[in-house]
Amino acid sequence: MNSANPTHSTAAADLSAMALRVREHILCLSTDGGCFTGASLSCADLFVFLYTRFLRVGPDRWSDPQRDYLLLSKGHDVPALYGTFVEMGWLPAERLRHHLKTTDHIYWHPNRNIPGVEFHSGSLGHLPAVGLGIALDIRLRGGANRVVVVTGDGELDEGSVWEALLVASAYRLDNLVFVVDRNHFQANVRTEELIPLEPLAAKFEAFGCAVARIDGHSFEQMELAFGRLPFEAGKPSVIIADTVRGKGVPSIEARADRWFCNLTAAEVEALIQELRGEAQAQLTSETLTVR
Amino acid sequence: MNYQELIRQTVLNDERFVVMTAENRAVLRELPPVLGPRFIDVGIAEQTMIGAAAGLALRGRIPICHALAPFLIYRAYEFVRTDVGIAHLPVKLSSWIAGFLSEANGPTHQAIEDVALMRAIPGMTVFCPADEADMLAMLPAIWASPDPAYVRLIVRKTDYVHVPFEIGKAEIVCEGTDLTFLVYGLLFEEVRQAAQLLEQQGLSVGIINMRSLKPVDETAILRAAQMSKRLVTVEDHLLTGGLYSIVAETLLRHRQTADVQALALRERWFRPALLPDVLAFEGFTSQHIAQRVLHRAEA
Repeated sequence: MNSANPTHSTAAADLSAMALRVREHILCLSTDGGCFTGASLSCADLFVFLYTRFLRVGPDRWSDPQRDYLLLSKGHDVPALYGTFVEMGWLPAERLRHHLKTTDHIYWHPNRNIPGVEFHSGSLGHLPAVGLGIALDIRLRGGANRVVVVTGDGELDEGSVWEALLVASAYRLDNLVFVVDRNHFQANVRTEELIPLEPLAAKFEAFGCAVARIDGHSFEQMELAFGRLPFEAGKPSVIIADTVRGKGVPSIEARADRWFCNLTAAEVEALIQELRGEAQAQLTSETLTVR
Repeated sequence: MNYQELIRQTVLNDERFVVMTAENRAVLRELPPVLGPRFIDVGIAEQTMIGAAAGLALRGRIPICHALAPFLIYRAYEFVRTDVGIAHLPVKLSSWIAGFLSEANGPTHQAIEDVALMRAIPGMTVFCPADEADMLAMLPAIWASPDPAYVRLIVRKTDYVHVPFEIGKAEIVCEGTDLTFLVYGLLFEEVRQAAQLLEQQGLSVGIINMRSLKPVDETAILRAAQMSKRLVTVEDHLLTGGLYSIVAETLLRHRQTADVQALALRERWFRPALLPDVLAFEGFTSQHIAQRVLHRAEA
């Protein structure tokens, strides 16, 4: 399979169909130990868009210094990343069956044993700085590649995120774009009920970034926003993607207690039906807040 | 009684106590409404939590800081060392999912250097209970002490009935002449079962539940070294700086030597998986431990 070709026009319907299959992968990983289901469902559309329409990456150029970089800083949504890799044909689907097993490296956070994962994560607030370093080197070498750092919104609590923004702004790194999966929850609570982030765009602007705010489930809005990067010459860009935790599965949408799900096999089946709009699921598994 | 209930009672009975977390509420879920303003959740900002704990302690509070082990220790380490350590403030670090308990989270979440780092701080005390009952027996004394403290939490239950706890004292579970296990934390239960397997092979096996790693019970270590032909340290921690190091330092300080077999992690993080698979893969089930002792396999 060749790398994604951003100039190829993938119809929005195709992207939606692919995102649906990615969400099925996420749900399938939500059993036998489970995974961060809600946090993964919120950014499935973003990954599908980025890997099919924006990033110049793929198996033929994983080690190409001219490639674009996606750094997944909110690493617990790795099921969405792996689901996307499977749908891109980059990761054999059967490897997902080794989830949480010692027979593979498919666990709750990303790692570079999986081709396409640029860096490990799991501890929040690290990859803004790592992305900054990559962007600095690209600048030093005069490269045209872009660096995309995907963060959570709860992750913005970590001061290291803001340190990286200050430095990126100081070095005028307009090849760097931070995408915030703004699903309005951190692990156990709504962000605005604990450590309020709004007005978020104004915060990023005050740190020297150029900001766009979009619906993170609208491929059309993603196309427009990512299509005009960098937003301003000499400034890092920030795209705040408003999303819904658990998106696509009403039973677990926008719920603090469905961040992490360890469901029964029957519940997974029922949720997949719900995802497809066939029937609503009845969940009985204990609500989980693993942190 | 459980961890959450113990905190609730402690905080409600003594207004010096406050509970802090970096949004790690899994085992504190019922506390926010009960404790009101003395439940302080700073969001995902561990170093700020520790700095703020120091400020609260300066004003006479005793903060119990509950967070995921790796972020509590590593993210905030300089704040622990500089703000809590240098000022010797009674901040109580409650460390969640340390060691193998991080299961399938991966290396970012593996606190397997925690004992080494925490005991390196002057004045910091370090405790590793064996199971939930052990932890509940230990925490009141730890929280009542004027010292900063680090505790590896554990909420797993075993059927073992522990003796009362005293800071600086190990729990002598049994004594043996062929070998003595020195162990802490969740591996205590695996060691108990391994000891039974070894006794079936005709060996005389002792077990010491270390409990207090700093201050450590030197007398218990030295006595075991004299009584047994071999000491076996068992820990879900890197070899560097953990119990094996503590035993080595103790023996050297007293100009003694012993045959010590170390079961620990060596220069690598463990394979992420659910706990039973981690124990099997890394060689820490009771059967693995017994086999490693019989075949003197350390790695």
